[in-house]
Amino acid sequence: MGRNDGGAVGRLIRPLGVASLGLGAVAALGVIRARGRRREALRVRASVTVDRAPEEAYRFWRDLENLPSFMYHLESVRATGQGGSHWTARAPGRRSVEWDAELVEDRPRQLIAWRSVDGADVKNSGQVSFAPAPGGRGTEVRVELDFSPPAGRLGAAVAKLFGEHPYQQARDDLRRFKQVIETGEVTRSDASPDGLNARRQLAQRPGRPRQGTGRREVR
Amino acid sequence: MKANCWMGRNSVEIREVPDPRILNDRDAIVKVTSTSICGSDLHLYNGYVPTMRRGDVLGHEFMGEVVEVGPAVDNLRAGDRVVVPFPIACGNCSACAHGMYSVCENSNPNALIAEKIMGHSPAGIYGYSHMLGGYAGGQAQYVRVPFADVGPLKVDDDLPDEKLLFLSDILPTGFMGAELCEIRPGDVIAVWGAGPVGQFAIASAYLLGAERVIAIDRYPYRLRMARDKAGAEILNYEQTDVLDALRELTAGRGPDACIDAVGSEAHHSVGPLNAYDRVKQATRLETDRPHALREAILACRSGGIVSVIGAYLGFIDKFPMGTVMNRSLTIRSGQCHVQRYLRPLYERIRKGDIDPSFVVTHRMSLDEAPRGFELHKHKREELTKVVLRP
Repeated sequence: MGRNDGGAVGRLIRPLGVASLGLGAVAALGVIRARGRRREALRVRASVTVDRAPEEAYRFWRDLENLPSFMYHLESVRATGQGGSHWTARAPGRRSVEWDAELVEDRPRQLIAWRSVDGADVKNSGQVSFAPAPGGRGTEVRVELDFSPPAGRLGAAVAKLFGEHPYQQARDDLRRFKQVIETGEVTRSDASPDGLNARRQLAQRPGRPRQGTGRREVR
Repeated sequence: MKANCWMGRNSVEIREVPDPRILNDRDAIVKVTSTSICGSDLHLYNGYVPTMRRGDVLGHEFMGEVVEVGPAVDNLRAGDRVVVPFPIACGNCSACAHGMYSVCENSNPNALIAEKIMGHSPAGIYGYSHMLGGYAGGQAQYVRVPFADVGPLKVDDDLPDEKLLFLSDILPTGFMGAELCEIRPGDVIAVWGAGPVGQFAIASAYLLGAERVIAIDRYPYRLRMARDKAGAEILNYEQTDVLDALRELTAGRGPDACIDAVGSEAHHSVGPLNAYDRVKQATRLETDRPHALREAILACRSGGIVSVIGAYLGFIDKFPMGTVMNRSLTIRSGQCHVQRYLRPLYERIRKGDIDPSFVVTHRMSLDEAPRGFELHKHKREELTKVVLRP
């Protein structure tokens, strides 16, 4: 799935000595790419295989309002009719970013493409394709997202949507998509109560129950 | 509730921690009635497993009573008695659909850590490091069981815990070790390690039709158990040259299949080789000491199978790949796909084909877990298996 970007993981592993096996170097790739490029156009590609038919995977994505259940940087997506949608994303620091988008292409069981409407503060586009995996292995889902952050503070906020690890974040999204469409839920543990999340790897708590981690909508 | 927590190398402590709660619709909460310390817990205790965090609740072998279920769990209810498999598996992904539960594609929320080390992520495991999920384990009074509609085996007879508890890990693990050998009539099977998994591998090899089973260890009390309870011929590698002895016992052929039930902290009777791996492991240049595996490969007959069920976690070196290649050996391995074996082995226990409780040498309260770890680590008091009662 997608590109390597394991800075956080590398930092978690390194104190435990595995870096001396050369893994530290592998884990450190990617980070440099992400930094210093904050304001440049960002293209992220990732893919995953799900054990579901293309039809089912397509239908889940086609209801864009499902996206926030596995794309953690999104707060909500609201369909506004006739292929239009209103997207609200959150950046670190509680700042929200909103834009309107329209469907560009919609081929059932195969492909969905969308882009922000002209004049949106945040110029972005994305597409997802669905193809039968060979030999009845389910569906290969490939996603491509493009963001062109504007200048200034808003641009900084948009850049932060993808954090320091955009590739990892896209992979996380797809892995959670796989969990949700295959199992019906995002997999959570005591150490990762929010589910798979590269941003939280560093702040991981011990694997023990916590006060107040009851059932809830967690992001 | 009380829970046995990993507090650093060579340190576990009973701590008061919050009770677990339902986090997902397919969760259940189980009140633990029996749990045990696994040989693989010693790898955590000895500090060889990367990505442990101080305070992690340990334990992946446990059974108990369901006290609460999430709204999507329709096959269990409060009061049910269950044995819980150590690999956490969703039952929905391609791996689970093929019965490969221990490589479930969805159950590790920290999959990206595991990927960095292993290439792809295996399933999550209770109480077994953050790279395998960061799940709280079952050496506790209560435990959260994810995907409870898939994993737990409901048991509805009055067999004692000690006969059922080991369905959670070591009995199916030993059985799978023997099954991987594809045993045919006349086969001689050699088993490295006469710990609990080795004992069950021996017993399972006989159940699956082996002609002779030879156990290799250095602890006389464990070898006695292998001989008297599991029916093995025994070799003490501190007193015998194992390769010579196996050649002799098989009239030069070598065992048809070899089972490594030791894993990553093997010992070696040849001082310098042992020192080499101990130093490399202590400096983390190598995470696993593979003497048993090397010897199993050298001993195996040409064209035979080497079955690896001892736990390895990272990297080994001086691996005799030339032997594997030139002598047409097959290496088969895996964390046990426990869910696959639960019911058939439960039936074998009910029929009396096997009584797994023969490995139990110690019974303690959960409070005594730290002492249990110390005894287990140093093989004091002839400890083979300790059962803890919360």
